[in-house]
Amino acid sequence: MSNLTGVTLDNDNSMPLVAPIIRVRGLTKVYRVGDVDVHALRGVDLDITPGEFVALIGASGSGKSTLFHILGGLTPPTAGSVVINGRSVTGMTNQERTELRKTTVGFVFQKYNLLPTLSAEDNIKIVEYIGGRATEFSPEFQDILKLLGIRDRLKHKPRALSGGQQQRVAIARAIIKKPAILLADEPTGNLDSENTAAVLELLKDLNQRTGQTILMITHDPEAAAYAARSVHMRDGRIV
Amino acid sequence: MEGSSYKRLQPRTVNYSSVLNKLIFANLSHRPVRTFLSVLAIAVEVTMILTLVGVSHGTLDSTAERARGVGADIIIRPPGSSVMSSLSSAPISQKYIAWLMQQPHVALATGTVVQGLSGFDSITGVDFAPFDRMSGGFEFISGGAPVDDKDMIVDEYYARQHQLQVGSHINLINSDWRISGIFSGGKLARICVKLPVLQRLMDRVGYVTVLYAKLDDPKQAEAVAANLKTKLVGYPIYTMDELTSLYSISNVGMLKDFIVVVIGVAVIVGFIVVFMAMYTAVLERTREIGIIKAVGGSGGLVLSILLRETLLLAILGTILGILLTYGTQLLMHVLPSNLTQETVYSWWPIAGVIAVGGALLGAIVPGYKAVQQDVTEALSYE
Repeated sequence: MSNLTGVTLDNDNSMPLVAPIIRVRGLTKVYRVGDVDVHALRGVDLDITPGEFVALIGASGSGKSTLFHILGGLTPPTAGSVVINGRSVTGMTNQERTELRKTTVGFVFQKYNLLPTLSAEDNIKIVEYIGGRATEFSPEFQDILKLLGIRDRLKHKPRALSGGQQQRVAIARAIIKKPAILLADEPTGNLDSENTAAVLELLKDLNQRTGQTILMITHDPEAAAYAARSVHMRDGRIV
Repeated sequence: MEGSSYKRLQPRTVNYSSVLNKLIFANLSHRPVRTFLSVLAIAVEVTMILTLVGVSHGTLDSTAERARGVGADIIIRPPGSSVMSSLSSAPISQKYIAWLMQQPHVALATGTVVQGLSGFDSITGVDFAPFDRMSGGFEFISGGAPVDDKDMIVDEYYARQHQLQVGSHINLINSDWRISGIFSGGKLARICVKLPVLQRLMDRVGYVTVLYAKLDDPKQAEAVAANLKTKLVGYPIYTMDELTSLYSISNVGMLKDFIVVVIGVAVIVGFIVVFMAMYTAVLERTREIGIIKAVGGSGGLVLSILLRETLLLAILGTILGILLTYGTQLLMHVLPSNLTQETVYSWWPIAGVIAVGGALLGAIVPGYKAVQQDVTEALSYE
């Protein structure tokens, strides 16, 4: 056995022995559309260890967004088990899933999803308000804002920011509460190539500097290349 | 040094609820027209209530003030009449004036005859000599008491509302009258002519509508009234204090009911407007509601934001409504309505509570819809 940067590996150095921060077993999700059952997930198994940067790759309809929604506590699974940071998501009530989103999971969406009436700063601070944390941006977070390159854009409303800047604000909003997991759903889907590269570099940098666990959903192999590990999905299964 | 190090290490606390307040203000200012219309609708609701209450109080209080202005201690009204019924007949023989003068403690007695006009107006026939002794006389702003039979005096409110001046002519009860004087309001009536002239026009010579008695000792009013009731059976007889205390909304059943109906209508209007505004707001902000929930906001927080917005609308509407009430007061003053509107401060909080209550009721269903909104569906809302 050896220990590399806090992660204990077994003898063949392939499987981490630390408890996974995300552990998914036999996950299924069935949507009812009219009279038809749509099987979005058909028995997904997945482990992600703390500090990993994982890309979940798949074509449209492969089930990656459904998996994203379940891992983020946005929607309940139909069957199977999902354990996030030691807490079972399966069978969680609405209130418990809200608590999960408040404390454990941070989101970065393709469409940024910033509140249009608030400044960039207030878009970040509202997460702190919701979390019941009443402290000014810490020096550590100020460094992250510097890293994200948005410190001088905090007073601006989203409409006054470029797509790349909006996505950086969304990343800042997602990580201010120091979530156990950062879930990013096609974070570069609405960006030009220059901003795409910048945002992906930021995510990678964030992962390497702070050890932030990141699960990024993408259909773009080039984007996935920024992650340390890629997981492929097709027809509701990990392949 | 130590102090500065300590300061640097301490997390600086800020009022994060201000972020939520910013969101609420920003949401309302983001749709200025809808916000303004919602506030205006609530303001109209408040104005409706305060105007009706103000007119009711004003009319009753001015009636009471005019009654007190007579200077009488005892009032005798026609049999079968009530305090609030308008008088328009003269069934009491004028001989009772002399009889009244002979009663214990009665120092002075007089009678008036009243002819109703349209609306709340009436003409009062006055025997000016005894009336002046009883009341101290009219205080004329211009002109003086009637000299000719076609002379009429009016109070300042009636003169202003009908744009009358001394020398102006007016046709009432099919007769042409010349304004001989304009007097300060608050005494007996708004339109007065000589008693015999009105008696002839009403074909009631020798009869009056109301009897007034002034006592040598006002403290004897109740005893005198009790004594008179034994002698004039069937005649409503009041002391002045008793009469004026009866001029209240609670003693006017229909008015009370009317106020309740208007308040009900006002609440429904406020409810519908806020319901529509908030329902539209929830639809428009579906995605934003999804965002708040996605970052950990509970349904309760979303509901709280909507209710706070509604509360703000209702408070602004109440303030604007109170201000608009001064506008309706001015209109009453200027228009020939003969209604007096008072500012009834005690009804400001009542109207506010009604407005806030109606608005919050209107926000409940949209709020419930927002609470129930599915996060993933809300986030995919375009």
